[in-house]
Amino acid sequence: MTDPADLDALYREIVLDHHRNPRNSDAIDAPTHEGEAINPFCGDEVHIKIQLQDGGIKELSITGVGCSISQASASLMGEEIKGKTAEQITGLAEQFNALMSGSADSMQSDLDVLKGVKRYPVRIKCALLAWSALDDALSS
Amino acid sequence: MSGPHGFDIDAIRKQFPILDVEVNGHPLVYLDTAATSQKPQVVIDAISDYYSRSNSNVHRGVHTLSQQATDIYEETREKTRALINAADAREIIYVRGTTEAINLVASTYGRQNVGEGDEVIVTAMEHHSNIVPWQILCGEKGADLKVVPMDENGDLIMEEFDRLLSDRTKIVAVVHLSNALGTINPVKEMFQKAHAVGAVTLLDGAQSAPHMAIDVRDLDCDFLAFSGHKIYGPTGIGILYGKYDLLSQMPPYQGGGEMIASVTFEKTIYAELPAKFEAGTPHIAGTAGLGAAIDFVNQVGLDNVAAHEKSLLEYGTERIGSINGVNLIGTAKHRSGVLSFVVEGVHPHDVGTVLDSQGIAIRAGHHCAQPVMAHFGIPATVRASFGMYNTTDEIDRLYEGVQQVFEVFG
Ligand SMILES: Cc1ncc(COP(=O)(O)O)c(C=O)c1O
Repeated sequence: MTDPADLDALYREIVLDHHRNPRNSDAIDAPTHEGEAINPFCGDEVHIKIQLQDGGIKELSITGVGCSISQASASLMGEEIKGKTAEQITGLAEQFNALMSGSADSMQSDLDVLKGVKRYPVRIKCALLAWSALDDALSS
Repeated sequence: MSGPHGFDIDAIRKQFPILDVEVNGHPLVYLDTAATSQKPQVVIDAISDYYSRSNSNVHRGVHTLSQQATDIYEETREKTRALINAADAREIIYVRGTTEAINLVASTYGRQNVGEGDEVIVTAMEHHSNIVPWQILCGEKGADLKVVPMDENGDLIMEEFDRLLSDRTKIVAVVHLSNALGTINPVKEMFQKAHAVGAVTLLDGAQSAPHMAIDVRDLDCDFLAFSGHKIYGPTGIGILYGKYDLLSQMPPYQGGGEMIASVTFEKTIYAELPAKFEAGTPHIAGTAGLGAAIDFVNQVGLDNVAAHEKSLLEYGTERIGSINGVNLIGTAKHRSGVLSFVVEGVHPHDVGTVLDSQGIAIRAGHHCAQPVMAHFGIPATVRASFGMYNTTDEIDRLYEGVQQVFEVFG
């Protein structure tokens, strides 16, 4: 059961801000990796292009369509992974999964603002969509 | 609130135990009947009575319980026949639901009669279950799937339908009442025209069956598909109606027990209708529930249900449609049961989550009708759909819920 506080925790002002003003949405010049993820049940999409240099993410571009949670999560993820190596990203993805499943309460990062999603099981896949797009890009 | 002909909404609501449930601290407002209807106590009881008192297999035992189970199973077939005014109970085939009924026709009648260069016609507002089986068939046979387009209101463009019909048309499969838009299509006229070019017709009655009386002989459809769970009955049971002569000439859908007259390793002789299409142990409890659902619907009267839902739709269209920042999707001339809309700047899933927090159940998504969404250039809609138990008070709750959406996302 959810209560009004849960709704506030889900739609934090910062989350809505990332939804309205997604970061890193401009195209980049020389992407080395591209990926996408689509949720066939709701049609939400996240597309990601990254430029890897010396093992780290130098530049990235994220675009998509969908609900506030999927798009805000993509924007927040983009801010978090900039400059990180593929290995660090794998670690982040695991931590984020743990945050969503409720097995961890914090990942000590800005992504914590999304932890209200875990009270809404059907919305967890929205929050994870960007991470599958990223995984798709890194394994391309 | 008491309507025409003794339609007593309070008495009706009392028969649906789930309407007393609280969701997220609020009394449930169930506006998702197009996905599945809620079940009256008589249906729940019929299923539990069947398992408590009559459970047995059908057509197999000489013992008493098997006879009881068989009676229940066949009585529901007769009730279904009467419900849709079919000529003969053998024209009623039990399936899992609308989806299976359409797949059955596509893979038996379709495989037998559709060849290279032939055409199957559907409309732009079909549920995926009335698109994909025909696509599979056409792909296999080198046939073409043709689509009757619709206009910006969600009405079919009938001139285009006329243009598509030709002697290549083998099957015309049309949704009666669109689950995404609420449009009621002029199927009687369409079937007349289809028959004039020698095509066979299929009516997707998944949404219409719970909202209006369907008379297969008046509409002259060759096949009708509908689902028990949308007409106040259980999930897992549905109906394929087919004209006797067509069904007799079709090959079976699945092989197994029940559907045979005799089996040797050299040759199997198939059973007569309807058994030919009912291989394996069927959903007997489902037929017990469906029979009770049909009795219940008849008692309330589909005409009363239609009148009640019409007033709900008018009230909802007025109330929700008047909200600044809300756009109704689907404003066809003849509509029923469905109010589809988008809230500017807010994704339908977010609308759904906010409404759910207030105990209001709606569907947010593409409603298994992605081509419809593409037509309107939107990814999804919020859909409030009505059943006999809904009230104008509940539409007021929806109205307040939408105001809350603006508060959260404003
Ligand atoms: C118009 C229409 N056709 C077909 C179906 C499929 O019905 P079922 O899932 O019961 O097979 C539905 C259900 O949503 C529907 O609304």
